[in-house]
Parts: sequence; C-alpha cells; structure tokens
Amino acid sequence: MKLVLCQLYPEHLSIYADRGNVIVLTRRCEWRGIELELRALRIGDELDPGEADLYLIGGGQDRDQELIAADLQRHRLALHRAVAGGAAVLAVCGGYQLAGHRYLGHAGADIPGIGLLDLETLAGERRMIGNVLCEAEIDGVPRTIVGFENHAGRTVLAPGQQPLARVMAGNGNDGESGFEGARSGRVVGTYVHGPLLPKNPWLADWLIAQALERRYGSVELEPIDDRLEQRAGDAASRRARG
Amino acid sequence: MPSLPLGPALAVTRGTALASRLTRRGGGTTLPGKVLSRLAPAAPSRLAARLPRGVACVSATNGKTTTCAMIAEIVSPQLRLVRNGSGANLASGIAAALATRAAGQADLALFECDEAALPGVVRDLSPHTIALGNLFRDQLDRYGELETLAARWRTLVAELPLETMLVVCADDPVAADLADGRRRAIRYGIDDETVALDSMQHAADSRFCVRCGAPYRYAAIYLGHLGDFRCPSCGHARPPLDVLAHEIDFDGVDGVRFTLATATEQMPVALKVPGLYNVENALAAAGVCLSLGFSLATIAPGLNRFAGAFGRAQRVSVGGREAVMLLIKNPAGANEVLRTLPSQGVVAQICLNDRIADGRDVSWIWDVDWERTADSISHVVCSGNRALDMALRLKYAGLELDRIEVVDDCEAGLDRALERAPAGARVMLLPTYTAMLELQGVFAARGLVAPYWEQSR
Repeated sequence: MKLVLCQLYPEHLSIYADRGNVIVLTRRCEWRGIELELRALRIGDELDPGEADLYLIGGGQDRDQELIAADLQRHRLALHRAVAGGAAVLAVCGGYQLAGHRYLGHAGADIPGIGLLDLETLAGERRMIGNVLCEAEIDGVPRTIVGFENHAGRTVLAPGQQPLARVMAGNGNDGESGFEGARSGRVVGTYVHGPLLPKNPWLADWLIAQALERRYGSVELEPIDDRLEQRAGDAASRRARG
Repeated sequence: MPSLPLGPALAVTRGTALASRLTRRGGGTTLPGKVLSRLAPAAPSRLAARLPRGVACVSATNGKTTTCAMIAEIVSPQLRLVRNGSGANLASGIAAALATRAAGQADLALFECDEAALPGVVRDLSPHTIALGNLFRDQLDRYGELETLAARWRTLVAELPLETMLVVCADDPVAADLADGRRRAIRYGIDDETVALDSMQHAADSRFCVRCGAPYRYAAIYLGHLGDFRCPSCGHARPPLDVLAHEIDFDGVDGVRFTLATATEQMPVALKVPGLYNVENALAAAGVCLSLGFSLATIAPGLNRFAGAFGRAQRVSVGGREAVMLLIKNPAGANEVLRTLPSQGVVAQICLNDRIADGRDVSWIWDVDWERTADSISHVVCSGNRALDMALRLKYAGLELDRIEVVDDCEAGLDRALERAPAGARVMLLPTYTAMLELQGVFAARGLVAPYWEQSR
C-alpha cells in the first residue's frame, strides 16, 4: 500500500520541529509496510487536489508566513476540493492559523487564510508559552493530547466550529475559552507542537487511517508497540500539570 | 532605591559572590551582578570605562563560550582579562564579572554575550569590538523567532559609533548583512569546498534572502545555512573574506587542522577541538584578536594551545574510560557534534533537560539529524528530566530499543554508560546546558575537575 503526504511550503513553514510529525508518520507507515511518499508544495508550484491523501501545514516565522501567504491563496479552491475528496489535513501552530479565515496582526496586517476551519486569529500582546495537556474525543474514543505551545495569536472559533480538545493544563486557543485546536471532519488544527505526533501516536494513526480510507476504503491498522511513546506522553503530562 | 557610591556597592557585591559560593547556592556568577545593578545601576559602565584596553563582546547562537576562551588563550600572555567565563552571559553575569575583579587588575574586558541581552550590554559598556556570529533557531520559547533577534541586532548596529569594529560571520547571511557598508569590519568565513555539505540540513534557518526573500543559491554550504551564498534575484552575496580558513582536515572528536589566512599572511593551525563549528569559532577569535592588534604569528600558536572551553569537547578521565563532553543545545550545534562522532561503536549518554537555561521546549531534538547515529551508536543512555523524549527521538531515528536505555538521573546514567563501554574506551557525553553543569558537579564531587566557577578563567 502507498500513501502520499504533501507538506505545504516545508522551507517556510517548518519552525517548531514540524519535521518530527513527518518522521513519525513516515515510520509508523513503514512499520506497517505502507510506503509514504513525501511531496512538497513550494512557491509557484501547482496543486492537483487528487494527488495527496494527507496534507501537513506547519508553523513559520511571521516573515516566512507573509512570504507564502499570497501563493497559498492560489490553492484555496484546490485544498477545499482535496478535503471534499477525503484528504486529511494536519495544521499546526502558524499552519493552524492559516487554515482559518484570517490572521489579524499587530500593525494592521490582515493575512487571509484558506478557510478550512471556521475560525480567525488575532495577535495578542503576551505570548502563551509552555507545556500543554488536553483531553479530546475522536470517533467516540477519549484521548489525551500533550505537547508544548508557543503562540501570540488568540484563535476564536465560530459558533458552529468544533474544538479539537479541552485544555487541562496550559492555554490552548486563546487562554480563556478552555478549548484547544479545532476539527472539522478530517481537518485537524492545533497549537500543540513538541512536535505533536511522537507523544500522541494515536493521532498519527488516526491521520494514517483517514488517508488509507481515502485511497483504499476502510483499512484496519496493525497495532504498534507504543510503550515508550506512552511513557514519554505520561511523563510530559505530569510535567504539564506542574 | 537610591544609588550607592561605587566603593560600598562593590564591597557588598563581592560579599554576595563569596556568600553564594560558601552557601553552595551557586558559583557566584550572576547573583552579585543583580545586587550591583540594584545598588549602583551605573557601576558596570563606570567599571568598564576604567579598563585601559576597553571592552570586546562576542555574541552568536553557537560558539560564544568557545570563541571567548580561544581569544583568552591567544591574548592572555600579554593582557590581563576580565571575563564571564562560565557562561553567565546575561547583563547580570557581566556586571558580576566586572564587580568581582578589583580595579587595576585587568587590561581588557572580554565578554560572551547572550544574543538577546547584547543590545543592553553594548549600550552600557560601549565595546570597541563586537563579534556577531551565526544566528540559528535556538530556544524559541525564550528568544522568540530568529527574525525578531535579527531585527534587534540590526537596530543595535545602526546605533553604533562608526569607529566600533564589527567582526562578522560572512557565511551567515544575516550577520554578513549587518556589516554591509561599514568601514570598520572584519568579515570571516570558510573557503574550502572540499568540506561542503551535499545538501542543506534541516537545521538551516536563513535560507531566504534577507533583502528580497528569494531562496539563496550556495556555491558551498558548510553548516546549517552558513556558506558561500548568493541571491539569484537581488544579488545579495557573501562579501569578500578578510579572514578565512582553507585546507581543512578533520580528525574526528580529536581536532581539526586548517590554514588561517588574511589578505597578507597565512599560518597553519592545528586545533585540539573538533569540527567545522570550531573552525568558525577560531575564525571569530582570530577576527577579534586582529581588531585588538595581534598578528597571525601570535594568533595561530594561541589557537594551537587552546584545549577546549567549559563543557565543550572537554575530556575527563573517569572509571578507566575517557569521557568526552560535547555540549548540545540547538539543532545546528548538535548536528555539528554528531558529525564529529566516530562512524561505529559509539557508547554515549545524552542528557536532555528542559530547564530555563536549556529551553523549556524540547522540540528542537526533532530537528537534529540523529538518523546519522543509527549506524554509529552501539549503546546509548538517555538521562535528564526529558530522557524519555530523547529515547523516543532515537527510536524514530532508527535505533532499536535494545540499544536505548533510559536512566533519568544524570549521575546514575553516566555510571551506566561507563559500564557499557570497554575499559580504556571513550564515552561520548552529550548534555544540554544544565545537564552539563550537573555532570560537571559529578566530576567535581569525584575530584576529577575543578568546580565550574574556577574553570576557564
């Protein structure tokens, strides 16, 4: 079996160890005999919405996000079509903000997003930095998400937008609502990095399962010995609780 | 609080340093500076102004401590120095260093300076020479984005008097650009395509033109994004080099040889510390020493004498093995450390902490190319308060679980790693900053090294 992962602007949007997410997806596919082909969308490239099963949008410095913002708008429709066609999306930190409608910066900057998630982000004064622990429920299964957050943006979800998780320790979307991230179907957005997937392997597997379903219909994933991941996640959870 | 006269303020400050050591609260390397800044805010600048040879500052993401230690080795036969030698590189550590050295006992102040603290220190001390080295992503939770730091450095440089000498890493697009148009600048870099990388590492940061945003093209990439760059769009390119290294020849973790050259002289150098990053450090040190009026005839032998800074390629004989301590603290630096490791049979201890001085966010280990250790490491002990994060990173780098051991406690982990190495063999210790201090503490307690506040002075 084979899957295609498309990473958006990897040279610009890969600051918070987003490579860790790619490494985890690649290995967890490999350990199950699934080939994960990595592709990149760079400035000036064309995007065929039929090609990739999974999209990854990482975080970048403000300057780098401004450099790609205009190019990203060219692919707005293609990305919506890809999602409608069953592709999964993982958007982290700056990528999460870009997956919403727009980002309003300090000096009046108004960076448009691609609107895959019904939310918008406003620049805040104080950066929210630290370990974060959340509880999520996906497909009826309760899960924890643990990692690190570092963002000045306050993300506000539209009334109908489902959050990804509830914050147990840390700030989450805006430090007030008690929510972290957002999810619409197979589109997942979050501020949690660290990176996200190594200590939350269930989410890596959930994304792989979505991608497999798109390409091959329903597929059972072989379990992997995740005891080390579990221990590391538990230790990080304790650290987040202080 | 009213400002005290300098004399009494200094007396209190020196008392604090002594008390800090006697009570074993610390090495007395920063607290006295905080005390002094409260008692007499203008004291650091007045103390600096008394030094006959003035002040030189060194800043960079990687290599500050080593560069300063190299400069000290070169100039110390002739100049008496005030230094902040144990990595106390914020304003408080620098104030403490100035305060604890009695007047008339020093000629020159040589300070390594935290990248974010540099502008404040420069405003207070008016250094005549400032070395601005590489900038890499480092502790994003503490410093914010690299671009923010670069902007602060640009503001700093714009405010400098014209006579201030800048020593810049020409291989780094951001640092090179800082000296653009300045009459007094020494630009250093590597000029040896035989040591260039095949492709850009993931840890590269300034890949896009600082002026127009287009991707740089490189005639040679040496380390991260350091190299012989040129922007195909606007033409921003590495400037001509005033000090350079060529004919570079590596000797694993044991050292590196090269030819050090200026426009008019050249001298062979045999460093006892390894890797291309130490060649960059030696070039920065050479640049600062040239600014101080030394010639290559003095600089090259000084570099040859240099035996390693605190915790950087430091060798300690312990339990019948030789421990080689290689500090790791960010992706670019760690990658260079990995490049110097032997290609097989490596027994290592990696100590990952997430305290403030290490960076509370340990994500950075995922940007390090540990994949290259999958063939070279035969056994690794992961320690520190984020030992499990490290173990997990290595699992995904391709090491089987039976090669990875987790022993949270640094001292217990050290002993475990020593046990796993054959007698007489080497053990590579790769600690983050606070873990390095812990290991130094273990060595000091066992009588193997001096306490850290007595080292590298």
